[in-house]
Amino acid sequence: MTTVKEKSPEVSVTPPVDAGNGLKTQEMVVNMGPQHPSTHGVLRVQLTLNGEIVVKAVPHIGYLHRCFEKHSEEMDDYTKVIPYVDRMDYVAAMSNELGYAIAMERMMDIQVNDRVEYIRVIMAELQRIASHLLAVGTFGLDIGAFTPFLHCFIEREKILDIFEKASGARLLYNYIWVGGLMNDVPADFKKDTAAFIKSFRPQIKELNDLLSDNKIFVERTANVGVLPEKVAINYGVSGPSLRGSGVKWDLRRDDPYSIYDRFDFDVIVGEGRMGTVGDCWDRYIVRVWEMEESLKIIEQALDQMPDEGDVHEAVPKKIRPPAAEIYCRTETPRGELGYYIISNKKTSPYRVKARAPSFVNLSVLPAISVGAMVADMVAIIGSVDIVLGEVDR
Amino acid sequence: MGFLDTQYKDSNIIVVSLEKALNWARKSSLWYMQFGLACCAIEMMATAASRYDFDRFGIIPRSSPRQADVMIVAGTVTLKMATRIQRLYEQMSEPRYVISMGSCSNCGGPYWEHGYHVLKGVDRVVPVDVYVPGCPPRPEALLQGFLHLQKKIMNESLVEGVDPTKAVVIEDQGGENVEIKNVDETEEHKKAQIEFPQQDAHRKKSGS
Repeated sequence: MTTVKEKSPEVSVTPPVDAGNGLKTQEMVVNMGPQHPSTHGVLRVQLTLNGEIVVKAVPHIGYLHRCFEKHSEEMDDYTKVIPYVDRMDYVAAMSNELGYAIAMERMMDIQVNDRVEYIRVIMAELQRIASHLLAVGTFGLDIGAFTPFLHCFIEREKILDIFEKASGARLLYNYIWVGGLMNDVPADFKKDTAAFIKSFRPQIKELNDLLSDNKIFVERTANVGVLPEKVAINYGVSGPSLRGSGVKWDLRRDDPYSIYDRFDFDVIVGEGRMGTVGDCWDRYIVRVWEMEESLKIIEQALDQMPDEGDVHEAVPKKIRPPAAEIYCRTETPRGELGYYIISNKKTSPYRVKARAPSFVNLSVLPAISVGAMVADMVAIIGSVDIVLGEVDR
Repeated sequence: MGFLDTQYKDSNIIVVSLEKALNWARKSSLWYMQFGLACCAIEMMATAASRYDFDRFGIIPRSSPRQADVMIVAGTVTLKMATRIQRLYEQMSEPRYVISMGSCSNCGGPYWEHGYHVLKGVDRVVPVDVYVPGCPPRPEALLQGFLHLQKKIMNESLVEGVDPTKAVVIEDQGGENVEIKNVDETEEHKKAQIEFPQQDAHRKKSGS
């Protein structure tokens, strides 16, 4: 890492072709990003275009590489990794923390009490709703629908209020700790959450009226960026992007972690209602209905949550796990987040490798964007819902 | 007071210095470049959205640097991105301002010590007008950053050679007058300056 100079990308375009009417046409290379309002951060996509048709799309990443692995090795404490874990997928910080905490607890064989488990699940599901709201809102924004964005953010702020009361932070919480929580939830947590559920249910219907069935929106997203089931599985796509292709795969149901086996909920899959199975609209609608399923889980968890239980009960003062390695995967709003942690009996991990869902989902972009129009690229990138902090780590 | 305001007392004429009128117009429509880097971008979006509502200050997002007055550097600036940010800043038309939002773009933030790919402060590549601290800053903090920038703009002068941004007195909430200086000039900064040979070389190369 001695130089910041980048090699210029190898541009190979075909020689000019005679169009038949005396004009010559040639392929063109266009850079989309790193500063582009619809790339959700600092992604750069190198597009080779034939007129307005995408011939080839190559994503270039690394504009937000923040040295996550280096930090986790240098922090000299397993708990100090959690803030950096937050900053990976900054839209869904709680889900990232949950995955890391579960991985560490499995490694050290720590059992947390039921109250902690329930609070964690409620927080993770609230975070899923908040993350999907942002994904859906900005997706609409990319396509050109501004109003749903504002509606989504009103609801998202309500969730952030609940998080803020519990943890003190709006975006990056550092709330779920190894062996417990930062502190107990406030006294009116149940009341607040129940009030949110009540106010949010009708909003999903309103969102559907505003955006999902909107003629312009459907025209822009249906039959665009179709991701067939086989391609999705071959590329290792996970999360709503995979379920949009009709694959019923959700780690919460298929490989239950924490206490997800106690809840009754459906796995939403895309059915191709507006076009083909696995198009942008399907990936979008899966997110919308997943919010409803998350509400169901939160409702059940609120009913079953015990009032007794110390959230600091199993929190160790200094974590010193045995020499071991573990791979633990959880379902974040973006897909399957796996942590591969190696410890060598010291106070800091030997290595923490994160299998980031956004990174893997992004890899499918060249496969599904060939043949699309330039304007459709925006819809495709938005529907895959990547967070660049997680792609580059 | 003078001839003008007594002569046209009953009509809608406002007497004001050209400087002040220009500054007022400038500060009342600060269009910012919609350009998110990392976590802070989400808070920037939240500030622009329903609850906090940038629009009431005349602050609206533009997607192109050519149309923007102010660049919010919202998030971690990596070495790979630093040259791009510099390019974007150069593409903005004058007068242009930069708000550094969040610890990362102020000084490297949590990536200060071990972040081998993180630029330790965006002021190493572009001049910064207002620093907003926090990781990430709350929307209120970003709004206050904008209010400070507006105060700074009101102190600008048309006279050439007078750099208005050098010493602006901003009344802080506590009632104390705080003198705002360019960070590079303060003694504390000089004392606290730690050499990053590699990044300084990069800075020298990029000529800022």
